[in-house]
Amino acid sequence: MSEALSTALPPVKRRNAELIMLLLAIAITLFAMIEAGLTRNDEMPAQLFLFGGLFGGLALLAHVFIRFFAPYADPLLLPLATLLNGLGIAMLWRLFEATGDTTNGSAQDQLILTAASMVGFAGIVFFLKEPRVLQRYPYIMALGAVILLLLPLIPGLGMTINGARQWVNLGVTSLQPSEFAKIALVTFLAGYMVTKRDVLSLVSKPVKIGPIKVLELPRMRDMAPMAVMWGFCIIVLVILMNDLGTSLLLFSTFLAMIYVATQRSSWIILGLSAFFGACTLLYPFVPHFRTRVVTWLDAFSPEVFCTDEIIANSTDAFCVTAGQNSQQLVQGLFALGEGGILGAGLGGGKPGHVPEVQNDFIFTAFGEELGLTGVMVMLMALALLAQRGMRIALASRELFIKMFASGISFLIAFQSFVVIGGVTRVIPMTGATIPFVAKGGSALLSSWIMLALLVRMSNNARKPAPVAIQDEGATQVITR
Amino acid sequence: MSDLTLMLIKLAFLAVLWLFIIMAVGVIRTDLFGPATSKAKRGAARRSEPRRPKPAPQRGRRNEPRSLVVTKGPLAGTTLDLSSQPIIIGRAKDATLVITDDYASGRHARIFSDNGRWVVEDLGSTNGTYLGQNRLTRPQPLSVGQPIRIGKTVLELRK
Repeated sequence: MSEALSTALPPVKRRNAELIMLLLAIAITLFAMIEAGLTRNDEMPAQLFLFGGLFGGLALLAHVFIRFFAPYADPLLLPLATLLNGLGIAMLWRLFEATGDTTNGSAQDQLILTAASMVGFAGIVFFLKEPRVLQRYPYIMALGAVILLLLPLIPGLGMTINGARQWVNLGVTSLQPSEFAKIALVTFLAGYMVTKRDVLSLVSKPVKIGPIKVLELPRMRDMAPMAVMWGFCIIVLVILMNDLGTSLLLFSTFLAMIYVATQRSSWIILGLSAFFGACTLLYPFVPHFRTRVVTWLDAFSPEVFCTDEIIANSTDAFCVTAGQNSQQLVQGLFALGEGGILGAGLGGGKPGHVPEVQNDFIFTAFGEELGLTGVMVMLMALALLAQRGMRIALASRELFIKMFASGISFLIAFQSFVVIGGVTRVIPMTGATIPFVAKGGSALLSSWIMLALLVRMSNNARKPAPVAIQDEGATQVITR
Repeated sequence: MSDLTLMLIKLAFLAVLWLFIIMAVGVIRTDLFGPATSKAKRGAARRSEPRRPKPAPQRGRRNEPRSLVVTKGPLAGTTLDLSSQPIIIGRAKDATLVITDDYASGRHARIFSDNGRWVVEDLGSTNGTYLGQNRLTRPQPLSVGQPIRIGKTVLELRK
């Protein structure tokens, strides 16, 4: 019981600490642009004031907004997000504007998307005063998540980009609905776990080998939600949409949340073995899945990498038949190796060698130019963000908020792992983006929405409890 | 721009990045352990007054409760001054506040200070402790004026 007490956060505001950290994050963004400009073009970036004014102004506005509407929020959330977002903008500026080639995207677009995302952030912090109201609609949330995930499958609406069918064409712009489906799914899972927690955690069937109890398995009927989740992740996402990243992300988030709710490792063992079992079984039958695994395992073989020699001489080499090669992955690894400990300095490397470096592989651009030292800062920032989220979960009094906050922080952490693991060849390449950093409006907006939810929840967790109205007659009224 | 300058800019940038992380960890540290005191100050304090217990951290706060008052029940009017010691309430002889109430257990509830915040905890009593209208299931922070009911006795914190 005393544990529950010590996890509560002291009711302090600490907005000035946030302001100082925020100013430092903005300064780092501008410093990064100046460094890139000086290194590449030998001059201060001409757009420095535009970017500094807009980005800094937006971040400071968000800070003032928090001061008024969520004064007890955690002081680190906004500065960490600003740092990551700012580093992303600076890197995109260095990749596009500083090289004079803005055909693949530009930092200005990213700046506009950041502004839009911050508006979304402010809207959520302002309108969602009590995140627990989301608890009322778990099944609508689940339906919403499924619809969002399936939207790209509708002919005419869905678009396939880089082999993954995860985009929706809205005419003026394209959206990646799976980014928002994640949040809806976490909301559903949090609400669902609150109602089903006791059943999922208490009822069990021991599995014994001789006299020793090896594992406590849940009853068959309690496994239904996991079976549904598993089937959905495997069939829809992997087979139909080739969206391995989202599939892995959603299923592991589900496992993490069920573990948080029940504290039973048997769920994780069961879930992981089901997921990997399915992947192993599917491996020979789903060609695009096999392609991904081969480009991961044999990335350095000439047949997979597609050297000029192979293209010229061989018609049945892997990369020719599969239509995919491992050049992006291998070039990315070379870029990371080139960076070494201290990196080449922003603007000093050649990140352009990595195809599509502005999306998933922006991490390798950071690795090349900032080195291990700089990349560790990025990882630390992501880790601290996830840590603050878990802290909010610990400090909150309500079960739903605990589940919700831990789900969101796990999502941030695991998404970073999926991307960076893919880029560094720890796991097969999937198609996810580092939160806040990579180019892309949907990813940015969903990251800021998650941040808004965390800010709101931390404010409510830290806020001192309201003083109770004096109870005149001590009549016992039991309310449920 | 010479290579040396660029090199220095590069190192300065990495240093600033790490400064950010270190400051962020500092903010978390303050969350965990309270504001840091400088080494010199701490050393001086240790030399001049060794082993003196720390002064109450939040003295002089407006909402700092000073006493526990019984407002209803057989002991109505009794006042207990709060110190940093926990207060045990119950029928047992060794309780800090011995209440003669048929509905109270021997060691019924405990009120203690958790870093300046007062918290009430039910010690597994038979008839329960009520904070306001809700029966306690776990320790709950208390604020001034909130009624705690134990059997027929009602207590509250006063400034």
